[in-house]
Amino acid sequence: MKFLCTYFSANRFPPMMLIGCSAVLLIIMCTLSISIGTRVVAWQDIINGLMGSVATMEEASVAMRLPRTLLALLAGSALGISGAIMQSVTRNPLADPGLLGVNIGASFFVVIGLVWFGLSQMSHYVWLAIFGAATTALFVHVISAIGHDGATPLKFALAGAATSIAISSFIMAVVLPRNDIAGSVQSWQIGGVGGATYGSITLILPFLLIGGLLSLTVARKLNTIALGDDVAMGLGESVTRIRIHAWLAAVLLAGATTAACGPIGFVGLVVPHLCRLLVGIDNRWLMTLSALCGANLLLAADVLGRILARPSELSVGIVTAFIGAPFFIWIVRRQKVKAL
Amino acid sequence: MTTAINPIEQRLKQARKQRAWRWYRVVGFLLILVIALLLLTLSVGQSITPLSEVVAVILGEQVPGASFVVGQLRLPRVLVALLVGTSFGLAGAAFQIMLRNPLASPDIIGVSSGASAAAVFAIIMLNMSGGSVAVFSIFAGLMVTLTVFGLSFKHGSAGTRLILVGIGMAAMLESVIAYLLSQAQSWDLQEAMRWLTGSVNSAQLTQVPLLCISVAVFGSLLLSRSKDLEVLRTGDETAQALGVRVNQTRLVVMLSAVGLIAVGVATTGPIAFVAFLSGPIAVRLISNTGSALLPAGLIGACLVMGGDYIGQFLLPNRYPVGVVTGALGAPYLIYLMIRTNRKGGSL
Repeated sequence: MKFLCTYFSANRFPPMMLIGCSAVLLIIMCTLSISIGTRVVAWQDIINGLMGSVATMEEASVAMRLPRTLLALLAGSALGISGAIMQSVTRNPLADPGLLGVNIGASFFVVIGLVWFGLSQMSHYVWLAIFGAATTALFVHVISAIGHDGATPLKFALAGAATSIAISSFIMAVVLPRNDIAGSVQSWQIGGVGGATYGSITLILPFLLIGGLLSLTVARKLNTIALGDDVAMGLGESVTRIRIHAWLAAVLLAGATTAACGPIGFVGLVVPHLCRLLVGIDNRWLMTLSALCGANLLLAADVLGRILARPSELSVGIVTAFIGAPFFIWIVRRQKVKAL
Repeated sequence: MTTAINPIEQRLKQARKQRAWRWYRVVGFLLILVIALLLLTLSVGQSITPLSEVVAVILGEQVPGASFVVGQLRLPRVLVALLVGTSFGLAGAAFQIMLRNPLASPDIIGVSSGASAAAVFAIIMLNMSGGSVAVFSIFAGLMVTLTVFGLSFKHGSAGTRLILVGIGMAAMLESVIAYLLSQAQSWDLQEAMRWLTGSVNSAQLTQVPLLCISVAVFGSLLLSRSKDLEVLRTGDETAQALGVRVNQTRLVVMLSAVGLIAVGVATTGPIAFVAFLSGPIAVRLISNTGSALLPAGLIGACLVMGGDYIGQFLLPNRYPVGVVTGALGAPYLIYLMIRTNRKGGSL
């Protein structure tokens, strides 16, 4: 591992080259995601399916895989950027929308909307999901920041874990007595992209775009925050405003993703870490690369889930947990953070 | 000289006696609470059964109506709740004392999740039941414990790394459980709830003997080491100097705590936060007057019985006990964090 770290140490490769490589990889992943599944399809079917033909079963299944691929692509890049922002803002290597309970917080508000207010349309509950994500993020942040040493990685992780368990209990408590929606409890516990439709994608697209724009505009300012709050202030930046701006971007991206896919963990943890090893700490490159790699990872995880559990499939949230948890442990072991 | 020392000696003796008294008082109070909860659950439910009939049923007499309600419905449930609660309380406190950290409880560092994942695997994939599930689950719990320990010790110290590694491990094992449940023939929500948050809904009288044996064997092993554990709190070197076999004690404590957790989890699933909550509450109550193990076991029993009673009768809908303890326990964890942070200590 140490060898790998030094080999891939920052700026060994020009950032443009890395981004080009991941873009090529992304095209390959999209092709794989469209062509691999329970039903085996030929090249001709794929091309026909992309043209919009649904005459045969093969073509129809290609057409079914298209929205799913698109959603995995969007969700992966959103989670990647969101994780990169959270890690930069909190200066915490373990920050991740899943671990901090943000995703499950979004789920919780959606479930409440479904059950108590009868909101069954996605256009309504996207807002709820984003609101839930923002509330949980704020809550976890405040709890872990109390005390003289601020938000240490341990306090962050614990506050996130405790909040997640509490929220899971509440989700169960709300859902259990209601048989009509009890079947969908699973989808609010494990994230997946299997149920993607064009309708849900168009609904979350505006939020993702705004979130993406916000994060692009905040990237340069986050670099100054990385120098420390005092230096950033000395350079004439309003630290609080940058923080709010960045959190807003992160929460929009994570909340909208959860509204469409349910809670997907660890993507926002793994991707920015690997990207930081590759391109260094400049947030502009880091976020761009995280977006591409996040999409790659989620597509890969989704394809893997379809291959491993053939003829059925594994939810992508399960696959990312399997990839991400060992990675999390590796970071914990590697870090020389003062709290460790 | 002797006259000068005597008053101090006397005062020390008296203080020691008072402390011992407090410990006995707390344990006595908890015992009474456990018995009260037991009788309450047995006699008051959807319908009220007089205590005389309850006693008659327990003594083996046939009482029309009460025999079914008390003997078939309430008795298995309350016995399982009692035994599982005791197991979780004892094991949780043992881990916390041994690792000198209230956060190092089995449900946070992944031991319960590991045992639960193994039990689900054994039941769904291998069609096992009863004792073999428990054995499987004990084995997996031990493996997870050893893995977490092994991954977190670096240059001879674990510290907070242990908890972070445990959280990561728990996240992975939770997704194993979710996967296994999604592979089950039919997505039975009640069954799934048992493995996600813990529930005593499917308690049967046939499960009681195994739990009894586990509590008796592992529990007494743990309690026999309670003095050594107390000394261990002062640090490994000090304990060694005071004549405690540190590694042996640790091994025995870990084995029996994992055994307790695993047998409990194989019966009811990982009831959220019971293992985590019991220790700190016990420490608060006895405030350093003796070993926290036995009180923690009793508190665990109270939590599970009380949580189940609340979930069944006091809320507008029926909830499994894990939902109740989860909703109670998480705020407590957050409170514990805030309090420790305020005091300036780091977790």
